[in-house]
Amino acid sequence: MKAYSDLEFLRLNKWQKMLYKLGRFFSSIPKGVAQLFIKLWGLIKNVFLAIGREAKDIVSTFIHGDWKTKVSYLVMGFGCLARGQILRGLLFLLFEIVFIGYMILAGAYWLSMMPSLGKVGPSEVYDEIFDTYVTTYNDNSFKILLYSVLTIFFIIAFIYTWRINIRQNKIAEKILASGKKLKSAKDDLRSVVDDQFHKTLLALPLTGIIVFTVLPIFFMVLVAFTNYDGAHDGYASNLFTWVGLDNFNTMLSWSSAGGTQSYAATFGEILAWTLIWAFFATFTNYFLGMFVAMAINKKGINLKKLWRTILVMTIAIPQFISLLYVSKMFAKDGIVNGFLMGMGWIDKALPFWEDATWARITVIVVNIWIGIPYLMLIATGILMNIPADLYESARIDGANPWQQYTKITLPYMLFITGPYLLTSFTGNMNNFNVIYLLTGGAPTNPAASSASGSVGYTDLLITWLFKITTGAESKYYLASVVGILVFIVVALISLIVYNVLPSIKNEEDFQ
Amino acid sequence: MSETSMKRHMGLRASRAISNTLIYVLLIAISIIWLIPFFCIVLQSFRVESTWQVGYVIPKQWGFDNYVNLFSTDFPRWYVNTFITAVCTALLQTVIVLCMSYTLSRFRFKMRKPLMRFMLILGMFPGMLTMIILYRVLKDLGLTQANATPGLILVYVASSGMGYYVSKGFFDTIPKSLDEAARVDGATRFQVLKKIILPLSKPIVIYTVLTAFMGPWGDFVFARYISFGASAGMNVAVGLYNWLTPDQINKNYTMFCSGGVLVAVPVTLLFLFLQKYYVEGVTGGAVKG
Repeated sequence: MKAYSDLEFLRLNKWQKMLYKLGRFFSSIPKGVAQLFIKLWGLIKNVFLAIGREAKDIVSTFIHGDWKTKVSYLVMGFGCLARGQILRGLLFLLFEIVFIGYMILAGAYWLSMMPSLGKVGPSEVYDEIFDTYVTTYNDNSFKILLYSVLTIFFIIAFIYTWRINIRQNKIAEKILASGKKLKSAKDDLRSVVDDQFHKTLLALPLTGIIVFTVLPIFFMVLVAFTNYDGAHDGYASNLFTWVGLDNFNTMLSWSSAGGTQSYAATFGEILAWTLIWAFFATFTNYFLGMFVAMAINKKGINLKKLWRTILVMTIAIPQFISLLYVSKMFAKDGIVNGFLMGMGWIDKALPFWEDATWARITVIVVNIWIGIPYLMLIATGILMNIPADLYESARIDGANPWQQYTKITLPYMLFITGPYLLTSFTGNMNNFNVIYLLTGGAPTNPAASSASGSVGYTDLLITWLFKITTGAESKYYLASVVGILVFIVVALISLIVYNVLPSIKNEEDFQ
Repeated sequence: MSETSMKRHMGLRASRAISNTLIYVLLIAISIIWLIPFFCIVLQSFRVESTWQVGYVIPKQWGFDNYVNLFSTDFPRWYVNTFITAVCTALLQTVIVLCMSYTLSRFRFKMRKPLMRFMLILGMFPGMLTMIILYRVLKDLGLTQANATPGLILVYVASSGMGYYVSKGFFDTIPKSLDEAARVDGATRFQVLKKIILPLSKPIVIYTVLTAFMGPWGDFVFARYISFGASAGMNVAVGLYNWLTPDQINKNYTMFCSGGVLVAVPVTLLFLFLQKYYVEGVTGGAVKG
């Protein structure tokens, strides 16, 4: 699209300006995506370059190093021990011994089983003495996969430590060559609370994240390439095994069976609703919350604190209580319908949760009720920071309140809360609580029920994932595929917004 | 003052009065809408004449029956479970989150940026997926079903380091010159944290404790998955949810209301008491993200 100069731009009328901006926005998307891939390519290239540099350094350290360094390539920590850094040397050595011991005793076995995920399933053997069939359990696919993943992580950790061990030697040689003294064990201990304090602080949180988030995610990504489900739990029923890309083919194929929708169609419908939901949930809350904040902040309004406290109080009440209760309030025989019928305004209960469109709108409306207090707090904080003289001078120039809002308040808010809007959008895409506690996904979509679990019109991808997992067949592999697809969607949206937004933002800045 | 400007002045004043009245009406309406569900839940918890859902709000017969009946169910057990989880999570999670956020705010090391980016990407994975494997592993350790409480604490605390954003935003606002001055005087990094930063961080510590304490009271998915089927290991959210399933609701609806009141009242009081810190945390840190 043709870019106008500033002068040309100013000559356009309001609508042309808007169209121009919209056009610029959409025409900048391909460029943004292209830049994204260039960046990704650069990232991959850098990783390989870094590995290359490391390899070169390892080799050159070996060639130029003394014999202590050379022995350290085989016996970790030898260089440290030989140079008198006993504590460090022992730690390295200990790690190597533990690693080799583990690999011999267990690691090698798990890795050797990884390609097959177990060969012998549970078998029933007739027991003559007790006259019954006795099940013997043999291989356990789940454990094999889990421990081989652990082993891989351990090997990576070992390689990393080995690399540090070599670098230590190089540094020690350099220090000794320049005639200085090496750090003693006492210095090392002091550095734990000083120079290296960040490592001490991060040790615990990062261990937790690696063990309880990174490992499980890695594991679950692998599950997407297996047939792990209720009938193949890898131990008691049947072993599970690698199936390649079959599950992705199932999920993304348009062929349907048994008169019901294909997985791809179901996925597409749920994804569309997820995006619509996230859009409305984010922006209704955002603008209405801002509006309420402005109303409370307005000059001449008394009892500001009271209004705020009433709203803030509702944040404190655990969501499951308020959501479950509100869900029952809107039920067919609930308070809302009871009240409306009692007043004689309607004579048949309104289908708040029974009709697809009604349910979707009700969910969004209730979500406003949930979200406004929080947004009100955020908006209040920001609005108070807008310099008052901006409004003063706007008033002198004769700007009406609406103009003040669109020219000052809104751009300021958008500028500050841009990143927040993005996280809140992706957060809403995965807003399990609101949907599950309000509707449980209902009303059911009869056409889609062939996919595991009963899929409803208000189901988000995340609640669908939950239903697949807890459904009768427990198709974990399918849940894993959905999870990966959710990740891809969220990552794509975030990347595009991050890459496209700044160019738009700069345009807004000078107004 | 000329006559026209007087008129204009009075016109302005009148229009301001009208708009303020409108806003008052609006605010009162909002307050009613926001409070009415809680008002209803309290009223219905005192209803004696029937235990199922009815279309009216004000009880025909008042009494404490629902509250008394709670004690013949597993509710006290759920309450204790949740309380223990909340206290332990609040303490441990605060330590972890503060370690993480303080480090990422104050130290400049080579892996800092990659680490933050990595955690951002990690957060895009639906965390729910991990509960399949966590459940199997915790089950092998004997930390599910009736023993779900320690398992749940472990799960909450272990990955809490990823929620460092708000407190990092706070630490970013403490001037770095304070650290540097102390370092020049020979303090170690640990002493800087203990003697200088922590005393300044009271608001964010309280904010972190408060949010960590409130989390377990509302958590539903993980708690349900891990305590699967075993009433003794449930938390209040899971237990009370089961009272509203179609085959239970007629028996237990009013008891759900009374249980809900017993959960909400202490949490809300604590929250209102510490409201100031919560507001500071949200307005200060949440936006910077």
